[in-house]
Parts: sequence; C-alpha cells; structure tokens
Amino acid sequence: MSRHDKIKDLYREKQTFASRTLVAAIACLSMAALLTFRLVDLQVLQQTYYATRADQNRMRLSAVAPVRGLIYDRSGAVLAQNTPAFVLEVVPEQVKNLSDTLERLSKIVRLEPNEIARFRDRVRKSPRYRGVPLRTNLSLEEVARFEVNRYDFDGVDVTAGLTRSYPLGGTAAHVVGYVGGITEDEYKTVAEASYRGLSQIGKVGIEKSHENELRGEPGAKVIEANAYGRPLRELDYQQGTPGRNLVLSLDAKVQMAAEQALGELDGAVVAIDPRNGEVIALVSKPGFNPQLFVEGIDSKTYKALLADPKRPLYNRALQGTYPPGSTIKPFMALAGLESDVIDPNHREFCGGSMQLPNSSRYFRCWRRHGHGSLDMSEAIKRSCDIYFYQTAISLGIDRIHTFLDEFGMGRQTEIDLPLERGGLLPSREWKRRVRKENWYPGETLNVGIGQGYMTATPLQLAQISARMAMRGGGFKPHLVRALQDPITGATETVEPELLPTIENRRKADWESVINAMQEVTHAEGGTGFGAFKDAGYRVAGKSGSAQVIGLKQDEKVAPTQESLALHLRDHALFIAFAPAEAPQIAVAVIAEHGAHGGSAAGPIARQVMDQYLLGEIRYRPPGSPPPNAMGVTPVDPEMPLPPTEESTDG
Amino acid sequence: MNPLLTPLTSSRPPEPSLSDWFGRLHLDLWMLVLLVGTACVGLVVLYSASGHSMPQVVSQAERLLLGLGMMTLAAQATPEMYRAIAPWFYGVSTVLLVLTLLLGDHAKGAQRWLDFGFIRFQPAEFMKLAMPLAVASYLHGQPLPPSFKTILSTLAMIAVPTGLVAVQPDLGTSMLILAAGGFALYFGGLGYRWIFGAIGAVAAAAPVLWTRLHDYQRQRVLTFLDPESDPLGTGYHITQSKIAIGSGGLFGKGWLNGTQAKLDFLPESHTDFIFAVYSEELGLMGVMFLLGLYLAIVGRGLYIAFRAQDTFQRLLAGALSLTFFVYVFINMGMVIGLLPVVGVPLPLVSYGGTSMVSMLAGFGMLMSIQTHRKLLAS
Repeated sequence: MSRHDKIKDLYREKQTFASRTLVAAIACLSMAALLTFRLVDLQVLQQTYYATRADQNRMRLSAVAPVRGLIYDRSGAVLAQNTPAFVLEVVPEQVKNLSDTLERLSKIVRLEPNEIARFRDRVRKSPRYRGVPLRTNLSLEEVARFEVNRYDFDGVDVTAGLTRSYPLGGTAAHVVGYVGGITEDEYKTVAEASYRGLSQIGKVGIEKSHENELRGEPGAKVIEANAYGRPLRELDYQQGTPGRNLVLSLDAKVQMAAEQALGELDGAVVAIDPRNGEVIALVSKPGFNPQLFVEGIDSKTYKALLADPKRPLYNRALQGTYPPGSTIKPFMALAGLESDVIDPNHREFCGGSMQLPNSSRYFRCWRRHGHGSLDMSEAIKRSCDIYFYQTAISLGIDRIHTFLDEFGMGRQTEIDLPLERGGLLPSREWKRRVRKENWYPGETLNVGIGQGYMTATPLQLAQISARMAMRGGGFKPHLVRALQDPITGATETVEPELLPTIENRRKADWESVINAMQEVTHAEGGTGFGAFKDAGYRVAGKSGSAQVIGLKQDEKVAPTQESLALHLRDHALFIAFAPAEAPQIAVAVIAEHGAHGGSAAGPIARQVMDQYLLGEIRYRPPGSPPPNAMGVTPVDPEMPLPPTEESTDG
Repeated sequence: MNPLLTPLTSSRPPEPSLSDWFGRLHLDLWMLVLLVGTACVGLVVLYSASGHSMPQVVSQAERLLLGLGMMTLAAQATPEMYRAIAPWFYGVSTVLLVLTLLLGDHAKGAQRWLDFGFIRFQPAEFMKLAMPLAVASYLHGQPLPPSFKTILSTLAMIAVPTGLVAVQPDLGTSMLILAAGGFALYFGGLGYRWIFGAIGAVAAAAPVLWTRLHDYQRQRVLTFLDPESDPLGTGYHITQSKIAIGSGGLFGKGWLNGTQAKLDFLPESHTDFIFAVYSEELGLMGVMFLLGLYLAIVGRGLYIAFRAQDTFQRLLAGALSLTFFVYVFINMGMVIGLLPVVGVPLPLVSYGGTSMVSMLAGFGMLMSIQTHRKLLAS
C-alpha cells in the first residue's frame, strides 16, 4: 500500500485533475455570478441614485451677471454706461512662469507698474484656475499685437466683456458715484443671491443709493465642470433681469457750467428746481476720476486721494457743513416779520458796533463805520449786521430755532444720495444736551447773522432758497426723475414729494423779503449787483461769507481778505433764485476761500442761472465798463466772531 | 465498409483548416481570437478613459504587439523545455527578488523595480510565471495526491517569493504569485482538509496580519468597509467608481459619453479603474459581454489543461488559467466595491502595466501545451 503510494498513478492523477477542474470551473462561474449580482445591484437597482450623484458631480449652477442700468441726465446725455472692453486675462494655473510672462507681455501691451502690482494682489486672492484680469481696456491695436503673438502666451487670453464707464469723466462724479469690487464686509450686508456672478457694487453716489434698481437680478446657467471645478461647457442658460436705467434731473450742461464757473476755487454748487425739488446741478470741487475705481484702484493712488488735504473724494455739497453767514439774513427777516418783532418799515441805526446790556463785549458790523439808519429791505440789500443782531435779540433763540426748523435747517433733506449730513441748527436744548451749558444771549446774536454754532450744507442752503422761492411751498430734493425698463422701454416717473407748507400769517411777508432780495441783485449798492445787474431775468439773491479765522476782541478792524493767505480767507457764499416772480431755479454756491460772497460766489450763481434759464452764459466779468459810480465792488465780509467771554469753548 | 476508414482510404489528405494553419505556428486560434478581441475592446475603452489620448492608445497597442510576439515565441518552446528550465527560472527569479529588496528603486514608497542601467524591470513579473512552472514541475515528479512532505516543500516554495514580494510591499502581486502556486498545488490534488484548514488559519491570523500591514494598506481595508466615511480622502476612489458604474445603467451612456472619467472625477481611470469607465459608457450589457470574454478565455485555458498530456502540463495550464481569472475577479471586485483597493490591473484592458507582457507570455505556454501534442497519446 505504502509502496503503491510512492509510485505515480497517472490514471488517478488524471481523474483527480478532471474533478478539480470541474470544481474550479464552478468556482469561477460562481464568482462571476457574484460580480454580476453586484453589478446588477449598482447598475439596475441603484442606477437612479448613482446617475443623480454623477450629475451632481459634474453640473454647476453658475450665475449670469445682469447688465447694469444706464444713468442719463435730464436731456438724455449718458452719465454712466457699460462699454465693451477687451480684457487681458491670465489664468495663473496655466502659466509656467508668471514673472517672465508679465515681462514679455509688457513688450506687447502697455503695463503700468501699479497695474502689475494690482494684478499680483488679485492672483493671490483668487482660485488658480480662474482668469484674473490684467488690463481691462486694451486698445484695438494692443489686441491685434497680442493676437499675433498669442502662441507665445499659454494661459493668457483676451476676452470681450462689459465694463462700467463714465463718459463725462470727473463731471458729476460725486453725484453719479462709481462701482468697485465688492468687499467682504459688503457681501455680509447684501442678499447673496442678487450678487451671483457680479463682482462690482455701487460704492458712492447714485450708483450706491440706487444699487438695487441699477443692478438687476442675475440669471443662471448650468455648466458642466470637471473635478477641479473648471467650467467646460454650457448645458442651460437663463437670461437674468437687466438693471433699470435711471434718468436723473441733473442737467449736464448746467453741471459743467457750474464746475467751470468755480474755476480754480474749491467749493460746491447746488441748483434745484423749486417747482418739483429736482436737482439740476450738484457740484463738489475738487473732483476725481471715477474710472480709477472701476478698474480697481491701486492702494498707492487711493491713499494719495485720501491724504489730499483738499479731500477730493468728499462731497462738499452734501457733507460739507459751513456757517451760512449772511445768506441766513432774509430768513431772519422773515422770522421777524412773522413774529411781529419787525415790520418792513422798522428801522435800526447801525453805528458800526453795539453792546448788549451788562456786557462789555462789542458786536460789530462788517462795515466799520456803520450803515446809518436802515429799514429791513436796506438791511438785507447791504447786509447790515447790526439790524439782524437787533432782530435776533428780539426774536430770541427759541423762536429762531422753531422758524428755521420749518425750513429744514439742521436736518437732512433726505435727498436720494448717501452720506448726507444735516448741519446744525442750535437751540437751548441742543446746547444743554451737547455742550452741557446754558444758552447765552450773545450766541443768539451770532446765530442772527448765520455764524456761531449754526452750520448748513450747500444742499440745505439751496433747499431753503427753493422754499423761499416757493413762498413756503417746496418739495424734497431728489435726483432720480424716472426709472426705465431697458427691454420694454416702460418708464416709471418718480413723483416729487411735497413738503409741508411753511404757513405764514401774512402772504405779503414773503413778498417783502423777496423784494429785498431782488434789491441785493438789481439795485445799486446791493451786494450782488455786480454779478446780476445785466441779468435778463429777475433774481432774488443774498450773499454771505463764512469766516475761516476769528478776529481777536482787541482787533478793531478785520484785516482785509486780500492781505490773508489763501487758505485763511473767508468762504464766499451766495444763494439765489430766479425768476423772482415765478421761480424755476434756486442756487446755492460756496466758494472756499473766495473771500467775498458777492464778488466770488455771485458770478458763479449767475453763470449757472444763465446756462439754465437762457441756455448760454451771458455774464461778463467786471472789466472794461466800470460796474457803478462808486467803483467799489460790493463786499460783505462778515464781522468775525470773537470768542465770547461767556462761552468757555468755541 | 467501415465508414470510419473512409478518410484513410481517401486518395487526398484533408484540407487543413484555419485552426490547423495556426496550429503549425503553435498558436491556439480560439485563445488567440479571444485574447486579441479582449485587448481590442481594451484599446477602444482606453481611448475614452484616457481622455481621447491617441498616443496612449498607440503605446498600449505597441505593448500588446510586443506581448503577442512574446506569446508566439513562448508557444514555440515545447512543454518539456519548460519543465526542464522551471527550477532554474524559479531560482533566478528568487535571486532577483532578493536583489530588488537590497538594491531596488524606491517609487511611491515601495521597492519594486530593479535597474541594471540598460534595462529596468520588476522581477515580481518573472515570478508570476516562474511560480506555476516550478510548482507544476516539482509536483510532476512526485506521486499525487501529494504527500505531507511534498505539501510542506511546495508551501515553502510558494512562501519564499510571496513573502519577498509582500515586503516590497506589493500586496496585489504577492497575492497573485501565491494564487499561481496555490492553484498548481490544488490541481495536484491537495486535500480539501488542507484547503479549508488554510482558509481557517488565515481567518485566525487576520488580527495578527492586521498589525503587520502598512498604514496605507490598512487604510484601504477600512475604506473598503465604509467608503463613504471619507469621501474626499481614501474613500474617494471607490465612491467615484461606484457612481461611474451605477450611473451607467443597463445600456450605458455610450462610448465617449461617460462623464466621471472625462471630467476627472474618477482617479486612475485609464489604469486600475478602467473597468468603471467601461461600465459607465457601455452599461451592464457591455459588462456582461466583457465578463463573457474573460470567462471564455478561462474556459479555453481549463479545456487546454483538461486535454493536456502530462501532469506538469495540466497543473501549469490550470494554474495559469485560474490565476488569470483571479486577476479579473480582484480588479472587478475592487472597482465595484466588493474587495479592498489593491493595485491589480484589469488584464488586457488596463493601460500600461508590465503585466501585459508576462501574462501573454503565460498564454504562450498554454498554447505550447495545446499545440505540442504527441500524436501517440490519447
């Protein structure tokens, strides 16, 4: 038996092998069956589930940016538009050596160092596969030069897109504003769904205040993307809702006339149509180029703009608060009439200075030797300070506050622009609350001539002029006249918002004051006569100045403005409306360091009105023909405010 | 007249069939058609899986031609020659494996390549052929069913190269080498007690084995048990693979229309996971066809083994055929989530893999067995 085991039994081996082969074949088939069961499970029973998973893998919902609405002026001039631009884009992922590529690119297209710096900054912040714009406005020539050499530039491409542009450049830049890249903080405050596909948001001006109307709503497209998120092709496309066009009440010609009229001076001009509150012009100088922000301003330029002592980014018309100076006098007169403190024939004697009882302090008129005896109309015409000191004393701060409050002083006008300030209309209550002090009678005198604590924005001054023009009526100032659907063309007009009428007991009081304001511009000796004497329409106006440096108590005479350094000279103010009987325009001008309201700010107001009412500027600056027999340019530098002994801080 | 004698009395010899013509080249027509057919399916899938890369298809085709050349060459040698060189081949391969461990190149954390300057190869590929040759040759000289002593010697023969490859580490290949030797022993008549005993022993040793595994191997096993637990990490392969296969459905998305591989969601889509691409694009129907081709190859191999004329040839042919099936099973099982991820390509279809040449050389041996039949036998 054992011996049998040791020799080979070929037959038995073959039998064994046959049975083993059979077992192996069965094993193979059962394993194949196992695979099949599993495959049926995956591919038939769970097919729907896995098909969904596969689609989730590859499909990406991607936003389609809406086309931003255009901004027009009242006559259809384009203030903000979207221009097709050739954008030079670089996909960092596809570029082997970024520095070398930039170096070679700079030989083909113009690349400023700040553009390169800005680009490198963006490359660091965005995903590697996403194209980063290097230049946003290639010229056709540059595009052609690049196309010829493009084989040399893997990962660099020129794409056509829309970019925001402002055809009038710096004109109305403060009004229209600009768009810029959305910051992290802004993302937190907006509805994310509305900004899918958008990279820019209105930052300033109308672009910011009407962001929701201008933006539109993004559409969507389904794109197929690979595992790295790179979009490959479009599977579905839904157009978004384009933003609505805005028609502003702004008149670009008047706006430009006002900017030019300011000349070298910094300052602000606001023109309002009193009949409906539409803003015709709103200028703040110096201005800036909004295009810088659209293309993404580099931090160096931005810092320089912020550090500029003239503050070009700051909208003086809304944010600048200035003492209204003598421009407040007509309103003081009106308050006096309404309260029966004065009547149009009431006379005061101006001897050049006055004192309050029990006080050693002198309150001076700007005219050193005084005006003599004058009635209300003459006091306004010649801007006598003593007359309005007396009026203010008689009224008292409480009645002044109540009356001017009706005009909206000390409150924002709620114009449809962001960042408006409200100025300050002082009151006893305010002084107690903020200064923790009682009100002193001397302070009432200063308020009477628009100095002291009282401040107003140029917009407020234009608005109170408009309300004066409307004899107490008036509308909330606004810039947007109509919204237009870019597809259907349907226009939705913005209705002017009527303000509560200022009810005076006697209608005649309005006419008394307005007549006095016409004396300012149309009568010899009026502070605005030089600028308006040859105007082809009736103008009611008032000059003013806001002091920049105070006069010491022991200084008897203010230094002449011409003797002061430019930055120490007074701000020149002028308010006016015309035609006086049926007003169509109300203007407020502030020329910083312009020194004299009548001669520096008056002509600016005149040119703005000429442009609006006559369609051309007929003003001739004083030159060859002597303006009047006196040969004196009417001036009204205000009596500077000395520090009052009662008040410990100024 | 006895009709059986008719051919003998015929004046002319019968016309040689196509099969006979190939037989004279020592090629098995059936096997050749099945192998070339499967490889062609592979090239077509590869074109899609590689993202329409014609250069990859061409390079794969070149590798296929080289493999077919090796197969033809291998088919020319007689089974007796194989039996004679088997011990030497085994010995040299083992030495090369040892050298690999001592001098081999490190690539991806494993030491698999041996570089002689003029040639660079994986000795484990030689062992895939040397192992069944050596075991079959050894058992051929022993009375079968194998005695206890024979079994022990055989197990030692199997264990040494398996261990050498496993510590490289290359778990997939070592399993295939183990399988090749084991199948030869199985066909030699290894008692079922031994087989079930071995399975039991492995199950018992599993916890010990677990502690000896490399981290990435352990991670693969964990991932296999719960792929969704780490969908972006190691479970990503298997999850994306299942999505590809499942989304293919019954009829598939159509050739070149699969999204998983084209959009790079499926890693290794043209190598180890090419079966997922195939399943996605051609669906269950296509998968059944491919599985049918593989089963036909294995069946033809077992048929050759069954018809072989001596024990060595039977054991060799049987072991080679079953090893081929194990390749298919491990790869498909891994891609559809039945088995942990191990680096085993889908034979004849996956891109690259030096395994294609060695595998086709193995099929050359099968053809040699089929075509070098002695007329006197049977």
